[in-house]
Amino acid sequence: MESHNIETLIEKYFDGETSLAEETQLQEYFSSSDVAQHLEQYRPMFGYFAKEREQRFDGTLPLQPRKRKTVAWLSVAASVAVLLGVGTFAYNNLQNQTTPGELGTYDDPEKAFAETQKALDMLAAHVNTGVESVEYINEYEESKDLVFKK
Amino acid sequence: MNQSEFMQIVNPFKDKVFRLAKRLLVSTEEAEDATQEVMVKLWSKNDSLPQYNSVEALAMTMTKNYCLDQLKSKRAGNLQIVHSNYSDNSPSVQKQVEDRDAWSWMEKAMESLPEQQKLIVQLRDIEQYEYEEIASMLEMNETAVRVALSRARKALREIMTKTQNYGIA
Repeated sequence: MESHNIETLIEKYFDGETSLAEETQLQEYFSSSDVAQHLEQYRPMFGYFAKEREQRFDGTLPLQPRKRKTVAWLSVAASVAVLLGVGTFAYNNLQNQTTPGELGTYDDPEKAFAETQKALDMLAAHVNTGVESVEYINEYEESKDLVFKK
Repeated sequence: MNQSEFMQIVNPFKDKVFRLAKRLLVSTEEAEDATQEVMVKLWSKNDSLPQYNSVEALAMTMTKNYCLDQLKSKRAGNLQIVHSNYSDNSPSVQKQVEDRDAWSWMEKAMESLPEQQKLIVQLRDIEQYEYEEIASMLEMNETAVRVALSRARKALREIMTKTQNYGIA
């Protein structure tokens, strides 16, 4: 490689104007065995850079498997669920406590009428179950009247 | 992303992270700790990693920030400085000794640079990143990177010619 070319590159290099390709060219030149005498002074710089590039990290990376993370998530989820449960339970209880006398109401009168009728029917049906057995009492009454004439 | 996928992403640049950390922290042990720290942080970001254009650039920025923080907190105390002893296997013994001397002078010259310039020389002359990449890693603009790099290179040259002229090396 012509040393004149290298000189211009060196100049550009120190002005921070060389491209990566040009810098590689310089690296190659200074790692070769025939460096021009007047350029010898720059050899240690490029030699040092090349040398430094060879350092390797030989430690280990202590990466924990991500199980711990999911366990953490699970416990968070569980505590949220428990809190929600307790919260809604307490909330409902409070709601019931604040309105003890209220048993609910209907806004639509027709529906209210139907529901009332249903409730009364149920009541009536139960009331009538007793009536049949009471009929017998009437029989007794009649026969008693027959025996003991007034 | 599982562990082996993560290692595949990280492997190409973990040495670069280590070298950058070593440039700033000087001691190998501390650089190793820093590398581990950065990798663990990256691993914990795991799920959001695909969002980044370049995980490598992110890792370099994290390394820079971590090391500068370390230096800040250590500055009050005493920072252990360990120079690397070069053992190499290049041809002639004479040249080998000369090179080793010159390299240790380069190492000292590098150490004398301000942190910003150390970072830039490390990223450009050693790791050979593009200006654009360096600018994004260091959160600077490209012109500032070029200016600082030129300054740093000239400072290195000055120190090296001085030592050579006086025959100290």
